[in-house]
Amino acid sequence: MSSTTQNAPSPVPGSVGSRPRGGIAAVLSRRHIGTIAALVALLIFNFIFTPHFATMQTLSVNLTQVCVIVIVGVGMTMVIATGGIDLSVGSIMAIAGAFAPQIFQGTLFPVPNLYTGIALAIVLSITVAGFFGLFNGWLVSSFRVQPIIATLILYIAGRGIAQVWTNGDLQVFKVPEFQQIAIGRVFGVPFQVWIMLALVLIAAWALQRTVFGRQVLAVGGNEQAAWLAGIPVRRVKRRVYVISGVCSGIAGLIVIAMNSAADANLIGMGIELDVIAAVAVGGTLLSGGRATIIGTLLGALIIQLVRYTLLANGVPDAAALVVKAGLIVLAVWLQRQDRA
Amino acid sequence: MPRLHASAGFGALLALLLIIGFGAWRYDGFISEYNILTVLRYNSMFALVGLGMCFVIMTGGIDLSVGSVAALSSVVAAYLSPYGLIPGLLGGLAAGLAAGIINGFIISKMKILPFIATLATMLAASGVALLLSNQQSVPASYDTNFMALGQGDFALYAPEWVNGEDAGFFGAVIRIFLGFPIPAWIALFAYFLGSLILNRTAFGRHVLAVGGGEEASRLMGLPTDRTIFLVYVMSGFLAGMAGVILAAQFGAGQPIEGVGWELFAIASVVVGGTLLTGGKGSVGATLVGTLLLGILFTVLNFENGMGWISLSAYWQSVLRGGFLLVVVILQSRLTRSAAAA
Repeated sequence: MSSTTQNAPSPVPGSVGSRPRGGIAAVLSRRHIGTIAALVALLIFNFIFTPHFATMQTLSVNLTQVCVIVIVGVGMTMVIATGGIDLSVGSIMAIAGAFAPQIFQGTLFPVPNLYTGIALAIVLSITVAGFFGLFNGWLVSSFRVQPIIATLILYIAGRGIAQVWTNGDLQVFKVPEFQQIAIGRVFGVPFQVWIMLALVLIAAWALQRTVFGRQVLAVGGNEQAAWLAGIPVRRVKRRVYVISGVCSGIAGLIVIAMNSAADANLIGMGIELDVIAAVAVGGTLLSGGRATIIGTLLGALIIQLVRYTLLANGVPDAAALVVKAGLIVLAVWLQRQDRA
Repeated sequence: MPRLHASAGFGALLALLLIIGFGAWRYDGFISEYNILTVLRYNSMFALVGLGMCFVIMTGGIDLSVGSVAALSSVVAAYLSPYGLIPGLLGGLAAGLAAGIINGFIISKMKILPFIATLATMLAASGVALLLSNQQSVPASYDTNFMALGQGDFALYAPEWVNGEDAGFFGAVIRIFLGFPIPAWIALFAYFLGSLILNRTAFGRHVLAVGGGEEASRLMGLPTDRTIFLVYVMSGFLAGMAGVILAAQFGAGQPIEGVGWELFAIASVVVGGTLLTGGKGSVGATLVGTLLLGILFTVLNFENGMGWISLSAYWQSVLRGGFLLVVVILQSRLTRSAAAA
C-alpha cells in the first residue's frame, strides 16, 4: 500500500494512454488488447475442445454467471478509480436481498397490489443500499478513514443487520412478476444480462465523458492535485461509494430473483473478492487513477470462461480456484511490465 | 505522534478492562476458571493470525490469505496427525511457511500490490485445501497426542495440594497457571517473541521504517525487499500455527474454515491502535484488540443466558461492526487533533 505513490500515474486525468475517442474505438482502446486477446484465445480453445460450446445455452449460462459480478464490478471500478476499495458489497447485497421480499410480500407493511409492491420493493431496497453506500462514503470522506477499514465495518456489521432483520430465516417466495428481472428473456437473452450491459455502457460513458467521471479519475490519480485544482474531492468520493452501494443493491435483487429465495446468510458471500479480481484482471489500476469499466466486464468474462473451460473438461472446481489465483497474479504482473 | 499511538493502545486496554469489569459485575461465572480458559483457548488462533497481520500492516501491507492458509494447514496437520504430534505440527507449519514464501515472493520480487497478491494466494490456498481434503473435513487422529496442541494443558503436572479445598489464593493461581490451555501458551510465547523482534532487533526497526516510508528506507540502504518478504513469511508461518491449533481443537482439518479470519484479524489490529498506513504499531495492543473483539462474543452469550433478552448470534457481527466504527471514528478524531497540535 505504501508503494502506491511510486506507481501513481500522471496527475492530469486522461493524459495516460489514448485520449477519449468516439464510438467503438473509445470503448475498446489500446489497453484492452491484451485482455481481448486472452478472451479470444479462450474462446477459440473452447470452440475446438469443449463439446457443445457454441450453443445459446452455454452463452446464456456463462453470461448469467458473470452478471452479478459485473454489476457489482461497475460500482467497484468507480470506487477503485478513486484509489479506494469497497469490501462491503456482499453485505449490502444481503441487506437489499433480505429487505425486498418483505415489501413485495406485504409482510413489512400492507401494499395495495402486487405490482405496486414489486415497484416499491425494487425502489426501496436499492435506496436503502444506496444509503449504506453513503455511510461508507461518509466515513471515507468526512472522517478520512481508510477505505479498506471503513468498508470493513459494514462488511462485518451489514450481513449481521440483514441476518438480525430476517432472524437468519430463509425467505422463500414464488413471484414470477418480480423474478422477471433475473430470468425473464428479451430477444432470447436473460433480462439480467440486459441490465448488466446497460449499467456497463452508462458507467463506461460516464467515466470517459462526463465531468464527474474525469473527477473520479483525477481524485484517484493524485488527490492533492485534484483538490488544488478545485475538484470537490469529498463529494466525488461520497458519490462513488453511493454508486457502489446502488450497484450492490441491484445485484442483491437479481440474486434473490434467480434463487426464488432470500437467504441473508448467503447472498453475496465472498463476492467482493471475485469482483476485485475481475477489476484487477480487467486492467484497472488498484492504486487508482486509471480505470476501465469495459475491462472489468472482460476481466469477469475471462475468469468465468477459464472456470467454465476447466469444469467442462473435467477439472474440479477447487483446482479452478488455484488457476484463478495464478491468472490474477499473471494479469497484474503483465500490466506492470506493460507500464514499465 | 507517539503519544497518539500510545493513547490508542491504551484506549483499547481500558475498553477491555471495562468490558471485563462489566461482565464480572453482571454475570455469575464470567470470571470463572472455566470461562477464562475457554475464551483463551478459542481466541489463541485469532491472536496468532493477528500477530502476523500486525507485522504485515506495520510495513504498510495487508495479508488477506491468512484464513485460507490456516484452513490449508489444518488439513495438512490433520493428515499427518496419525504419525504423532511433531509431524502434524511441522506439516501444518510447513504449509503456512510455503504460503508465506509465495506471498513474500509475489509482493517483494514481482512488485504486485499486497492486496491483490494475497487475494490470489487466498484463493489458491483454499483451492489446494479443498483438493487435498476432497472437500470434506479431515478427522485428526485421537491415538496420538496431537490433540494436546488444541485442547491440552499442564494441569496433570500440578502438585496435589493446589486442587484441595484449602489451596487458597496462591494455590488457585498455580492451578489456573497450569490449567492454561497449550494453544494460549503458544500464543503468549509468540507475542513475547514478536514484541522482542519488533523492539529489540534490527529487523523490527526495519519493519517500522519500511512502513513509514518505503522509498526513503530504500534510499537509506535498508533491505526493504527482504524486510517485506520476511513479514509475509512470518504471517504465513503464524497462520500455519493457527491452522494446526484449529485442527487439534476441533478434532479435524477444516478446508472451509477460516473464511473472514483475515478481516477479523485486521479489525483486531486496528482496534489495537496500529495505523493501517504502516510505520507504527504495537504487538501488545494487537493482543488486546483480539481479546476485546473475542470477549464481546462471550458477553453476548452470557447476556442471553440471563434470560432477559434473547439476542441471536447474528448480533455478534452487528456489535463487532459497531465497535469497530466507534474505534475508527475515535482514531480519526485523535489523528486530526494530533495533526492540528
